[in-house]
Amino acid sequence: MKTIPELRQEIDRQVDLLVRAGRQRIQLMEVCGTHTVALARGGLLDLMPKPLRLVSGPGCPVCVTDQSYMDQAVWLAQNRPDVTIATYGDMLRVPGRSGSLEEARAAGAQVQVVYAAHEAVEMARQNTKRQVVFLAVGFETTTPATALAIEQARRLNVTNFSVFTAHKLVLPAMRALLSQPDIQIDGFLCPGHVSVILGYKAYEDLARDFHRPCVVAGFDEEQILAGVAEICRQLATGQPQACSVYSPVSAQGNTVAQKILADVFHPADAPWRALGVIPGSGLELNEAYADFDTRRRIEMPPCESYELPGCRCGEVICGRCLPTDCPLFAKACTPRSPVGPCMVSSEGSCAAYYKYRWRGGKAAKL
Amino acid sequence: MCLAIPAKIEQLSGEEATVQLAGTTAQVVIALVPQAKVGDWVLVHAGYAIAVVPEDEARKTFALLAEMERLAQE
Ligand code: SF4
Repeated sequence: MKTIPELRQEIDRQVDLLVRAGRQRIQLMEVCGTHTVALARGGLLDLMPKPLRLVSGPGCPVCVTDQSYMDQAVWLAQNRPDVTIATYGDMLRVPGRSGSLEEARAAGAQVQVVYAAHEAVEMARQNTKRQVVFLAVGFETTTPATALAIEQARRLNVTNFSVFTAHKLVLPAMRALLSQPDIQIDGFLCPGHVSVILGYKAYEDLARDFHRPCVVAGFDEEQILAGVAEICRQLATGQPQACSVYSPVSAQGNTVAQKILADVFHPADAPWRALGVIPGSGLELNEAYADFDTRRRIEMPPCESYELPGCRCGEVICGRCLPTDCPLFAKACTPRSPVGPCMVSSEGSCAAYYKYRWRGGKAAKL
Repeated sequence: MCLAIPAKIEQLSGEEATVQLAGTTAQVVIALVPQAKVGDWVLVHAGYAIAVVPEDEARKTFALLAEMERLAQE
């Protein structure tokens, strides 16, 4: 592995070549909340040569979740006394029209935080009189766990467990972003742990169809800079491709996980914050598991998509603006009193910028 | 939420493993990595092991990933 100074030199050299070939600005997108945090934390954004800019993509599952889903989840908590909501902690504080899940809990609703999907199945087994609804959010890293939990529930005949899915697939969103004429994306820094499941070959079609480098990177400073250097090298040579500079990621990914996913789910259209409904970008339960689908079990009022007033999360997660461009950033909106999900979620861009960057614009190391 | 952190498998029983995770002992599901053996390092995401990783990679990134996990819990 090259050292940080060597990698910076490499990036400078490639960027220089690109500038001389006529590029004025090179904009790369990181499609992973963990990369967003790692970049801000390590002060790496300040190390990039001027024409090179990294923007966040729709990589934080909480941030991309449409408001209609949040409102339905809060509706379930508030209006169905027989329901216990089981959720990952990050969802608790996302504001909705009738408040957040945390506020619903404070008012007496049953909302329990789980760390692992199987804890929700266990919760249902322990409380057979209650309907346990698991809020299934997350990308490919998280979806196999949900699939296993559903299989487990069926095997153990747990009939009071269901899954309210908002799972998302990364690739259709990357394609949707490239089709937006006002967003410049010259290459993708692909998510490390999503790609552990997907494999880097999964990005091949996208790299070819759109002529964009798709490079999977790890999370420490060397690994991220190595990813950026590889993207710049591919741009400079004019040969974009899909590859990985993160050793746990293979070409094919985790085929066991892919099989379990396909056994339980199939792709379906899904709504994203700011991006609207993207064809084939979500997951629906297969017919054999329909009994575990909350949407089929409990009738919920239709809720509409909307943007939270004043919040620019939708633009932040599409790389249209930086968190610091939002007038509410660090003023009306802070991690203590978040206005939008990008400030709620520990992986949200706004939270990462707030923690590491906004004081004088200089990245403070921990 | 897509963060996975390295852990070392100490014991196996069926589809569960006992691992050392950030200084504590934890139970994780290993159904997604059926090839995992005692002594292997795995990447653990939300209670499920998703990949077996080489020991040097695991040790190298452990501190960073564990710290990010801690920040995420704050
Ligand atoms: S700073 Fe707050 S209000 Fe502004 S985009 Fe981020 S989360 Fe939304």
